[in-house]
Amino acid sequence: MKEIVVISGKGGTGKTSITASFAYLSEKNIVIADCDVDAADMHLLMKPDLVRKEDFYSSLEAVIDQNTCIGCNKCFEVCRFDAISRENNKYDVIYLNCEGCAYCEKVCPVDAITMKRRLDGEWYISNTRLSKPMVHAKLGIGTENSGKLVATVKNIAKQVVELYNKDYILVDGSPGVGCPVISSLSGASFVVLVTEPTVSGLHDLQRVYSLIKKFGIKSGLIINKYDLNINKYLEIVNFAQKEGIVEIAELPYDETFVKAQTLGLTMAEFEDSNIKQILSDAWNKIIKLVN
Amino acid sequence: MKIAIASGKGGTGKTTLSTNLALYLSQKQKTVLVDLDVEEPNSGLFISGDLIEEQVKYNMVPKWEPESCILCGECQDNCVFNAVVKIGSQIMVYPQLCHSCYACSELCPQNSLPMVPNRMGILKYFVKNNLHFVESKLDIGQEMAVPIIAQTIKYIEQKFEENTYKIFDSPPGTSCPVIEVGKNSDFVILVTEPTPFGLNDLKLAVETIRELDKPFGVVINRYGVGNDDVLNYCSEQDLEIIAKIPNKREIAEIYSRGESLFDRISEVKTELEKIENYLIKLNQQ
Repeated sequence: MKEIVVISGKGGTGKTSITASFAYLSEKNIVIADCDVDAADMHLLMKPDLVRKEDFYSSLEAVIDQNTCIGCNKCFEVCRFDAISRENNKYDVIYLNCEGCAYCEKVCPVDAITMKRRLDGEWYISNTRLSKPMVHAKLGIGTENSGKLVATVKNIAKQVVELYNKDYILVDGSPGVGCPVISSLSGASFVVLVTEPTVSGLHDLQRVYSLIKKFGIKSGLIINKYDLNINKYLEIVNFAQKEGIVEIAELPYDETFVKAQTLGLTMAEFEDSNIKQILSDAWNKIIKLVN
Repeated sequence: MKIAIASGKGGTGKTTLSTNLALYLSQKQKTVLVDLDVEEPNSGLFISGDLIEEQVKYNMVPKWEPESCILCGECQDNCVFNAVVKIGSQIMVYPQLCHSCYACSELCPQNSLPMVPNRMGILKYFVKNNLHFVESKLDIGQEMAVPIIAQTIKYIEQKFEENTYKIFDSPPGTSCPVIEVGKNSDFVILVTEPTPFGLNDLKLAVETIRELDKPFGVVINRYGVGNDDVLNYCSEQDLEIIAKIPNKREIAEIYSRGESLFDRISEVKTELEKIENYLIKLNQQ
């Protein structure tokens, strides 16, 4: 089993549109995993039909039993997150601030504090309109642990791969360079970097690439909207050459991206543009590079 | 007044709006732009200025002192984040997992886990005329964005007066980093684009901001692409659309070069004026 992870550092570069197109172009030997759990969009193009839905519990939050509390102030003193409120000797938890560390629970002399599990989201296994299974998730609003939910999605995807004897997991990764993207990258066989020739595109590519280098994962590059700014485009090509990143494809600035999205389709389903051919060649190249 | 510029989806134009709004407002009054997208901060690519101050930012993590440790294992039991683990006759500390709650350290009977600073990233403060710009950048390999965001907001609160416009370029998404910014703001501007992805992520962002109980409005970027679903959603939900920035290849090209739009594209300036008037009205209420 091989894991192909598509990431971009910067948002809005076309990562999900491109990943969805690969999902369409691939053989039936893949499982799709949407690891952009903060703002998952893959389902808009895949029309998932839910097979299994599970709650995702991960973090904890403190609850103070008002009848037991003696107002000793210990919890207030130890909390580093300003999560305990104190008004007229009445102590309560500010849930948005509670980190779930349980320090207050441990120091409470009368056991007035208990830690309860927090519902941090949901994850799903679905059939898609492409007849390829997809594992995806929804992070609870304002919750933490998106990194752990990403890890859960990937683990479930692995199980689905084994169960149905598939060959690849195609991962739509998370933005940034922090905890969710580190989680997206762990265990990756190959990383597809999507960028655009803008000052931000190049900057974010360089940051996320230094992370990939740290992990020592093989990677290839797709430059979207390459004709938007020729100078930035050349800078990106130079950067890729210098770092030895294989260039997989270049896509023109094209309204097909939005048109396809508006119809709920992938770009690879648009016969009237040459983008389909470019993406199809790109996918074949990726499969060769992965094996 | 603290204004967070946020969006569920990345790449909708948060940085474009933040930088141009800050540049525009600073022509009239002291404004500070704060880049809190610490994982991928981009505002600095559009703003130049003189470097005034630089601060390395740290969070506190435990450090094991084997000499005094009696290997009782309490630290492991006291850490719910698995950042402190007893392996054989060793205590292993994983700083990336540590939330700096101090439980392991302060509850250790031998004081064998003192808290020490761990470098998270760097804060830089620039000034150009009336525009002040503060940017924080997470070091590569550091996983947690929230502590450096919180410290940066604290820095801003100490450094700038109440009546300064404070524009927060927020991280994308709906989880902890954006919550940290939202809860410390007076008003949130949600940037979206009129596409299915834009709408889906706008809905998530709206849910998030409602959870925080903060007043907010919507700015539609790339207005003219896609369809009317975002407009319809906003009117159904009774959300105020403060401004609409048109979709133009020229805008994308100017952005790609790292240049400002408000002084080059008149439609952008008109829309920024609308936002300014909205903020003035809000401030008077």
